[in-house]
Amino acid sequence: MAEPFLEIKDLTVAYDENVIMRDVNFTVNAQDVFVIMGASGCGKSTLLTVLTGLKRPLKGTELFDGQPFWGNNATKADRDASMRKAGILYQSGALWSSMTLAENIALPLEQYTDLTPAEIRDIVALKLDLVGLGGFQDYYPAEISGGMKKRAGLARALALDPQIVFFDEPSAGLDPISSKNLDDLILQIKENLHTTIVIVTHELPSIFAIGTNSIYLDAQTKTVIAGGNPNELLKNPPNETIEHFLTRGKK
Amino acid sequence: MSAFAVLQKDEKNRSAELTLSGEWLIKEHPDNRDGIIDEFAAPGFSRVVLNGKGITCWDSQLIAFLVRLLSLCRKNKVDYSLVDFPHGIESLLDLAFAVPERKQEDRSVQKESCLVFLGNIALHSWAATRAAYFFARRTYASFVRFLLKRAVVRKGDILSEIQDAGVKAFPIVSLICFLVGLILAFVGSIQLKMFGAQIYVSSLVAIAVTRVMGAIMGGVIMAGRTGASYAATLGSMQVNEEVDALKTMGISPFDFLVLPRVLALSLMMPLLTIYADLMGIMGGAFVGIFMLGLSPEDYFRMTLKALSMKNIIIGIVHGSVYGVIIALCGCYQGINCGRNASAVGYATTAAVVHSIVWMTVATAILTFMFSVFGV
Repeated sequence: MAEPFLEIKDLTVAYDENVIMRDVNFTVNAQDVFVIMGASGCGKSTLLTVLTGLKRPLKGTELFDGQPFWGNNATKADRDASMRKAGILYQSGALWSSMTLAENIALPLEQYTDLTPAEIRDIVALKLDLVGLGGFQDYYPAEISGGMKKRAGLARALALDPQIVFFDEPSAGLDPISSKNLDDLILQIKENLHTTIVIVTHELPSIFAIGTNSIYLDAQTKTVIAGGNPNELLKNPPNETIEHFLTRGKK
Repeated sequence: MSAFAVLQKDEKNRSAELTLSGEWLIKEHPDNRDGIIDEFAAPGFSRVVLNGKGITCWDSQLIAFLVRLLSLCRKNKVDYSLVDFPHGIESLLDLAFAVPERKQEDRSVQKESCLVFLGNIALHSWAATRAAYFFARRTYASFVRFLLKRAVVRKGDILSEIQDAGVKAFPIVSLICFLVGLILAFVGSIQLKMFGAQIYVSSLVAIAVTRVMGAIMGGVIMAGRTGASYAATLGSMQVNEEVDALKTMGISPFDFLVLPRVLALSLMMPLLTIYADLMGIMGGAFVGIFMLGLSPEDYFRMTLKALSMKNIIIGIVHGSVYGVIIALCGCYQGINCGRNASAVGYATTAAVVHSIVWMTVATAILTFMFSVFGV
């Protein structure tokens, strides 16, 4: 049986007094491709900011690879240590615009390893090759397309060979072919690097193509109303909302 | 042809018929539109037939009018039916009523009492002061880490910021400070000429520029140029999630983004102040030599006589303080920027305004301190 990598219990998130989600519970197992899905405005991206330590939840606990992340007297040092095992691909790529692609990918390596500049150069080249951007080392983010930015962002997220990679709407703004290529890339990373993947998305083709487990965040009830393999959820939807979402309202 | 609406009421049967005809276009509307709506708002009937047989052409004007009337019918529990309306109208009405209007809190601005208003100002001021204090403290902690060689900062970034805040600012500082020196000399000469003492224009310009004017003008220029640029750059990074990317990677934005900028401007402002002093004196010399007819030897001899190391150092102290203030205001606004385009604009404006306000406050404090210590 797969080991749990992220364990979320009774998580409640709020902006000031406005509760975004309450009593959220789920577990992400190691090497899952775990999809957090839901309609626009349900709090998917906010949940991602909590999972990655950017936003403090109102209450609840998160265990990250068995270590306290939120709750259980977890400190910022605990969260920083956990995040060293993680990579994140933001919706826009979030590449540092004043640096070349090579510098973007090299920064975490320079920061957290004792590698020599030559070794770092080789690893940077490898990561760019893996995402199909070999030879783009000296390009600045402003000089490449949106899809390339996402792939470069993924190369940066993979710089330290993370155990888990978080994706915030990776397909947003991409054409169907680029979107499928990115899905294939995510699957290859999962298969070959044995990485756990957490994806926030509402793109149904991606959800069915790569998701092995999922939760559905409901904007009305502000909590998780379903979970499981997305293809199984499509076959046996537990409620009308899920059926409506997964079939784009066709049934 | 314009739009017409005729309401016929049958008071005996408590029913009515609204007949619509003509061209129901956005540019046309019936004169009695408001009157009809008032009738539907307080209906004296329990059933109404809306007849659209005479409508020759229509657009959103007609749909908006019907939605308004039907909403009132639903609210007042009046049965209604639509008869002989052009094709497409009923499906558009179904679409308009498909999603119920969102019931939410009244978001209109509530009039608040004077005490509540003052209380809110006090709370906001307190929160802003605390935020600024913690920002300054975190920047100081980052500086200490830098001294201990534990800060994540790239030397290249510091050098690039130094170049941007230093050499690249020379042209604008040259122009403005030269003109300020020129204006000072002009204004001073009008009075001094009356006593035949034009030669003292050089002393006036030298003392005014070195003691405070050079630093102030340099500060204002750097607030508008570099402080605004810091706020816009960091604000855009906030919008593009670049700051989040740093945080989640365990890299402090204070080390990586704020510290190079604060260091660069703090180091460059004293040098820019000296340069601004020089350009101000050159501006004064231009007026003295070419307009007041003073010889260059006399002008610069009097300037050197008036210059004192004390005034120059006071000017440099002002400039150094302004440098820290401008960098902190710019970076504070950028790092605390919201996540949309207008927030970047606001952050940029606020950076300049706050820089100039705090520069003025600092000038008052420094002037008071120098006067207390007899400097």
